[in-house]
Amino acid sequence: MIGLLILGVYVAIFTVSFLVVRFFLRRSVQDYTSLKTVTFGDESAVTSNRIASIVSVATIFLIWGSFTGSDWVPGFLHAPGPFVGDTSFTYTLETEDGARDDATVSVRVFDFGETAEKFTVEEGEGIAKNDAVAMSASRSTTILFDRNDEVKRSEGARVVAIDGVEIGDSGSIKTAAGRFALTDKGAISFAPPRGLQMEPIWLPPPEAVVGRAIEISNEGYRDSTLWKHLGYSLFRVIAGFFFGALLGIPLGYAMGLSNWFRGWFEPIVEFMRPVPPLALIPLVIIWFGIGESGKIILLFLASLWIMAISARAGVSGVNISKVHAAYSLGASKFQIMRYVIMPNSLPEIFTGARVAMGVCWGTVVAAELVAASEGAGMMIMVASKFQLTDIVLMGIILIGVIGFAIDILMSKAENLLVPWKGRS
Amino acid sequence: MATLSIENISMRFDLPNGTHVQALKDVSLELQTGELLSVLGPSGCGKTTLLNIVAGFLAPTEGRIELNGHVVTGPNAERGMVFQQGALFEWMDVRGNVSFGPRMKGQTEPEWAGHVDHLLDVTGLGDFKDKAIYELSGGMQQRVALARCLANDPDVILMDEPLGALDALTREKMQGLVLKLWKETGKTIILITHSVEEAVLLGERLLVMAPRPGRIHKEYNLPFADMGVDADLREVKHAEGYADTREEILEMIWDMEEEIMGRTEDTQ
Repeated sequence: MIGLLILGVYVAIFTVSFLVVRFFLRRSVQDYTSLKTVTFGDESAVTSNRIASIVSVATIFLIWGSFTGSDWVPGFLHAPGPFVGDTSFTYTLETEDGARDDATVSVRVFDFGETAEKFTVEEGEGIAKNDAVAMSASRSTTILFDRNDEVKRSEGARVVAIDGVEIGDSGSIKTAAGRFALTDKGAISFAPPRGLQMEPIWLPPPEAVVGRAIEISNEGYRDSTLWKHLGYSLFRVIAGFFFGALLGIPLGYAMGLSNWFRGWFEPIVEFMRPVPPLALIPLVIIWFGIGESGKIILLFLASLWIMAISARAGVSGVNISKVHAAYSLGASKFQIMRYVIMPNSLPEIFTGARVAMGVCWGTVVAAELVAASEGAGMMIMVASKFQLTDIVLMGIILIGVIGFAIDILMSKAENLLVPWKGRS
Repeated sequence: MATLSIENISMRFDLPNGTHVQALKDVSLELQTGELLSVLGPSGCGKTTLLNIVAGFLAPTEGRIELNGHVVTGPNAERGMVFQQGALFEWMDVRGNVSFGPRMKGQTEPEWAGHVDHLLDVTGLGDFKDKAIYELSGGMQQRVALARCLANDPDVILMDEPLGALDALTREKMQGLVLKLWKETGKTIILITHSVEEAVLLGERLLVMAPRPGRIHKEYNLPFADMGVDADLREVKHAEGYADTREEILEMIWDMEEEIMGRTEDTQ
């Protein structure tokens, strides 16, 4: 239900913001694209709408904050929260011989994170006595109402109505106070209104995640600060990718330049390429243990084949006219390698490097999830075992941000180092 | 005298299905230093194959190429090549491309700078020498290709439809440039082209080749290249004999194409 509601809110924001931008913020710039009449189907006329991107990210945080009761989202935008505070209800007790008596149960519901402190009330007169119950928000509690009553359940007493509403052995009833049901043994099960907000244990509000990030970056988690965890992961990726490229690129060149090398390594490369690096984790752990070397070897294997294949593609992709021209200009084989084949293969190698870095980053997190004593993956894995959802979320967000940053850096480096890519 | 002699070249490709293609059959030719030979022919007459053999990229099944008295066995700096397009090095700027040959020989910048900068000026690239290749138009790129070839000072320049990808106006300008550079440098040039007009205009000697098997069909000695060196190429086109020669060759090639089409229809 909540899922459908969130989806509905999301679609509504999408549609409303689209209509607002469409009708109230018309572009005043008269550039070439704005003068095109055919834009549907013209890919070049489709650009990423900045406003849409900003609203999209803001919407995610808004929904996140709203359904977690975040302090960052103004109160009126909050989804209804769970009931917190004092409430009470009356139950009607009937003994075996048909005598009835009412008693009041005072319930004090404590907010998330507070401890439910016990309290007492006046017991009152009659067979049934008043009770006091302390509980946490969004939970249900089983109330053993007859502990102080004169006739107990074991002596035939049972609850027949709550707040005047008849209640049977099966099924539940709903009153202003909340939802009631009787357990198999006749105790009252009571759940105050839960509202629509998520419990922090499922989804903490954004400020809790940020707070946890600050806390961990200062004090650390599992003997390492946040930066150390992320640094370990990054170091493994860079080291694994470095060795993968160091061996993979020359291997790819050799496969692109020599029949024998191609014939020798093709079965190996073609076999290893479709094997997901994640499938190698168990074997790598068996062979090399869970230390640094094992992880770097895993990432080395993850990037090796990608780099070899991209370097081979780079050699195959060289226009034969360029090689012929270089020979006619008197270049030696070594010079052709150095001045024609290597620079010509750079665009392909960069494409491969971007893919390899992405795969390595995904693989290192997975490898750390399995076994590690530090690292981003290890951090979220251990946190999940202790239900520290805020650390898990923080870890996922940081892993995403770093992966994104790696890709942007690689593409910037590509623009800088191979400006001729796609323009020859 | 440096001469290029093509002696009884035959080229036969065996196909996997047991048949074979006779790309060239018994082609012989002798070229003196400073001659400009243009080669014409319908598609499939083996003109590019012949050029690749002279360049040393292909070994003929029979016959041999001799340049300055020794047999050609592979590509080297004696025979420079200008391709239609795509042969420039995008990772070097214009000056880097033009100086490629000298640099590969191990010359230092002071050694090649004068020659290279002179060629850049002659080809009209003086203001573009620091530009990247992908920033240049197609015509400019072919100027770079010409300059790069000349900078290496080869004995023979082989041109494989160097102006084929250019628009008509740029092409006319470039034809003038080719003639000017030919006269200035006195190089031996073999020019492969699809354009009869270009072949007649630029070829001091003109070779018409016939297909299946590729062979020399007819050879001409033409005066128009010498006329074009000093005059406007557009005026040369009005010179006596130009139109007749062009029409004669056009008809010749037209007939060959017709014959190929006829043969293809027969087999269907």
